[in-house]
Amino acid sequence: MKAFDYAAPEHEAGILELLSATPGETELLAGGTDLVGLMKKLIVNPDRVVNIMEVPTLRGISADSTGVTIGATTRLDEILDAPELDDYPSIKQAIGGIASPQLQQQGTLGGELCQRPRCWYFRSGHGLLANAGRMVAQGENRFHAIFGNSGPAKFVHASRLSPALIALGARVRIAGPGPHEEAILPLEEFFRTPRHEGQREHVLAPDQLLTHVYLPPADAIANAAYEVRHGSGPDYPLTAAAAALSFNGPVVAAARIVLGHVAPTPWVSRPAVKVLVGRIVNRDTARAAGEAAVSEATPLSDNGYKVRLAQVAVARAILLAAGLDTGGF
Amino acid sequence: MAEYSWPAQGSTALVGKEQDRTDGIEKATGTAKYAYDQVFDKMLFAKLLGCPHAHCRVKSIDVKAAEKVPGVVHVAVMKKWDDGKGKEIVPEVRWQGDHLACVAAESEAAAALGVAAIKVEYEELDVFVKEEDLEAAKEAGRTNEGRPDVQMEAEPDENVDESEFADQEFDRLFKEAAVVVEGDYGIHSITHMCLEPHGSTLYWDDDKLIVWHSTQMVSGVGGNFAEILGITAGDVEIHCDYVGGGFGSKFQANAWGGVAAEISKATGRPVKMMLDRDLELKIAGSRPSGFIKVKVGADSEGVVTVWDSVHWGTAGANGGGVDKGNIPYVFNPPNRRRKQIGIVTNTGPEQAWRAPHHPQACAITQTAYDDIAAKLGISSYDVFLRNLASVAPKKQGVSMAETYREQMEIAARLIDWKAKWHPHGKGDADGSIVTGLGMALHTWGGGGHNSKCLLKVHPDGGVETFLGSQDIGTGTRTAIGMVVAETFGLPLSAVKVNIGSSTYPVSGPSGGSTTIGGVSESNRRAAQDALEKLAGLVADKLKVDAANLVAKDGRIQEKDNADNGMSWKDACRLLGMETLEVTGEFKRGPKESPLSSIQVGGVQMAEVAVDRETGVVRMEKFVAVQDMGLVINPKTAKSQMYGAVIMGIAYALFEERIMDAKTGAFLNCELTDYRLPRLGDIGEIVVHLHEPESEYNRGVVGLGEPPVISPGAAISNAVANALGVRVPVLPLTPKRVLEALEKGGNA
Repeated sequence: MKAFDYAAPEHEAGILELLSATPGETELLAGGTDLVGLMKKLIVNPDRVVNIMEVPTLRGISADSTGVTIGATTRLDEILDAPELDDYPSIKQAIGGIASPQLQQQGTLGGELCQRPRCWYFRSGHGLLANAGRMVAQGENRFHAIFGNSGPAKFVHASRLSPALIALGARVRIAGPGPHEEAILPLEEFFRTPRHEGQREHVLAPDQLLTHVYLPPADAIANAAYEVRHGSGPDYPLTAAAAALSFNGPVVAAARIVLGHVAPTPWVSRPAVKVLVGRIVNRDTARAAGEAAVSEATPLSDNGYKVRLAQVAVARAILLAAGLDTGGF
Repeated sequence: MAEYSWPAQGSTALVGKEQDRTDGIEKATGTAKYAYDQVFDKMLFAKLLGCPHAHCRVKSIDVKAAEKVPGVVHVAVMKKWDDGKGKEIVPEVRWQGDHLACVAAESEAAAALGVAAIKVEYEELDVFVKEEDLEAAKEAGRTNEGRPDVQMEAEPDENVDESEFADQEFDRLFKEAAVVVEGDYGIHSITHMCLEPHGSTLYWDDDKLIVWHSTQMVSGVGGNFAEILGITAGDVEIHCDYVGGGFGSKFQANAWGGVAAEISKATGRPVKMMLDRDLELKIAGSRPSGFIKVKVGADSEGVVTVWDSVHWGTAGANGGGVDKGNIPYVFNPPNRRRKQIGIVTNTGPEQAWRAPHHPQACAITQTAYDDIAAKLGISSYDVFLRNLASVAPKKQGVSMAETYREQMEIAARLIDWKAKWHPHGKGDADGSIVTGLGMALHTWGGGGHNSKCLLKVHPDGGVETFLGSQDIGTGTRTAIGMVVAETFGLPLSAVKVNIGSSTYPVSGPSGGSTTIGGVSESNRRAAQDALEKLAGLVADKLKVDAANLVAKDGRIQEKDNADNGMSWKDACRLLGMETLEVTGEFKRGPKESPLSSIQVGGVQMAEVAVDRETGVVRMEKFVAVQDMGLVINPKTAKSQMYGAVIMGIAYALFEERIMDAKTGAFLNCELTDYRLPRLGDIGEIVVHLHEPESEYNRGVVGLGEPPVISPGAAISNAVANALGVRVPVLPLTPKRVLEALEKGGNA
């Protein structure tokens, strides 16, 4: 690990003051479960690390009639236990899937959304895009993207919470770069597929800060998340999906279906929604939605099986949201 | 000299009764100090520069910038550009991570930055790592083909060409077979994943090298250090109180141990050199892969009459692979032809991995036996049972086939085979979920290694024993204490066991499941001899026949008259001023010993559930039945079996070394990417120590390795039984399960 300056301001403005506009010069430290490992491996080498855990306004969960607000440094286990989030089972299911008490107790919401990809070419020092995507395309890509992979980025986004949050219509608040500047945007628009090595997997500028996540009320939204996991541990899922459904009687009136671990960003599936809206949920309609969700998949040389897994994840997330048995593990 | 023996089964006070590990509290609370934990004043932290390329020549290494990194104290280049005889060479690297240089610094961070600052000029060479692809290996000129090994019932006439005769004979046998199965099976390379990586913390005391080394060979590894350093073994002192996993990979000093000693000498400071996780996986040992193409014929009962196979795999840059002597595994069909092809890959070198070659041989051949059952639509249990006639070796005094038969009955009862079994692929489905049963069986030698101990009985009654052994997880300290305490009729706490230092009498390396056998031999012998001497003194004092005295309940007393005797302490006082020192020694040889034996069997059965839509396999239950002769401590024996089964589940369902075909990089060389089972993945594990009187009377055999052999085949067979389709290659990942379901195939 390279030596670095360290600061732990107690106000949002203090953080923004310390951030550099130049990519790579400064890094934000929250739970540190990802950043510290990257720094030890010399993959990320900031001159300054800014700890944001000492800022009280960035932490906590509050609810009112307009929905729920969660601070970016709220820990995952606090979210898991929060009664304010009882109407959002998909969020709790996604955190439950992380399956490591250590990661749940140390990891934060903001860190979960901003963690770096698990791509083994990136993690072994070949850069985020690994020779403009060629190393992945010609190499071992069994865990890589099956959507959105025509450009140089072929990794899958690592966040396990974002499919559920996007399906629920979450928005995020971004502060900076100026002390009074802020922007609020749908979480879906927070993520982006990098086109060149200088870009990250989100739209945050190096001198901006993700501060809060806003959730609209979900009392009338049936929602669930489903991950296809190889084992029961904290390993990342092979594919994942989240569904948020509203009903008109027994019929689906509106739906949001979001896939995870299939693309460089969380992947919103409109074809799946199209199939589902206006129909009742059962194994057949769920399967049809799953098939629609993967109809435009573009698997790489060795990850065709993920297309099938993505289809199953979508179908099972829909069934779970509707309170039905998935028929599988 | 006493006549060495064990007490009759059922008459012991400690042996055969569950005892907690005497060092369990230290291990559980973290006060146990491993080589990694040792800290000395002014200690330097050393890190290796591993080669980023899998195959290259190293033209030059420039360490000037590294030496200027703040905190860096010493940089050693580990490659040479001459052959030692004055001839110039350009050193070649044949696997990624191979050691190029070593940086020692005031902190780990400074050492890492020093490593990053080293400049190396490489000439890259062709890379081959696709060990599973025989055709590609042939094309790349990376195969070492062995001659086929042929055994037939029929013999050719003198003037007939043997190989032509074999071709005709095998054709005939396959035509006559009631059922023929042709299949491909395989198991990928894995690593040892020792929780404590390889390495040592060491310093020089004048000309003596003191090494805290993570090792399976306390008494012998000093010689390896000496060889590297050009000194004598007498100038190296090894210490190792605890080992964080070795599994067969920790017998050597290794190049990085040698360079750490050289840096310590050069700087006059202690050095800690423990491998980082990525290098640990890349260079500190791997288990060879095995892939096979099999044609096997059987009669209508499933009894195999003919076996014909070609198998290949890699042990790294020298080729190698699974030894053909184990093909097919355990069974010896009357007609068999086996060809082995080693594949030369740019991958890290093989180290012995718990029961070397047996798990792979079992996984790639007993799956073919199971496919015979599938094809005939009969129970795998019956096919395995009917083929026991071809199990060749008899162990001392007991038939192997009989052992397997008894163990199969026990295992079947424990997993409820009869009630749960269904023909392959014919079980009831619950949604996407199907279940299945599978079995496999194994064999291993074990026995005791050479072992010498020094046993001291002090006039105050204190007892201690010293030997240069080690505890790699077997519970060595506890077993030694139990053996001595049992012999003296004392509680376990009365015996002080000293192991883990090369200053103690030489005891063998922990390999081949021989540790408990070896240390039990030397300590039982020493204790029986010591007791004989003490009994002589007591007999003189009490005016009784020494042959009638026994050590029991803290006393030495007459066998039939407990009142006529004296306390252990009083007996020891008879020694006067002089501590009684007895050396116990066991030398392994062809002669049978009354205290230990060799050769075990073992039967395992797996019950799995498979989600057909996702390809995820879940362990429901696993039963392991194991003979091991006389069991010293059932608690640590069971613990060994649980560990072995979990390790087996790991390589059956999760573990695999994933290499980048183009660059030869080891891609999943961190614990975050190298998949292993967690508590939720292992299901219910039932272990059964098979110890009838006939086994007990064989003495100690050892069991570190045998229970890790069968899980791959047993689990693969259970998955095939559930799906009705063979997933040919381990580990059985969701990807492979889905691909096999799409393709179809055996089972």
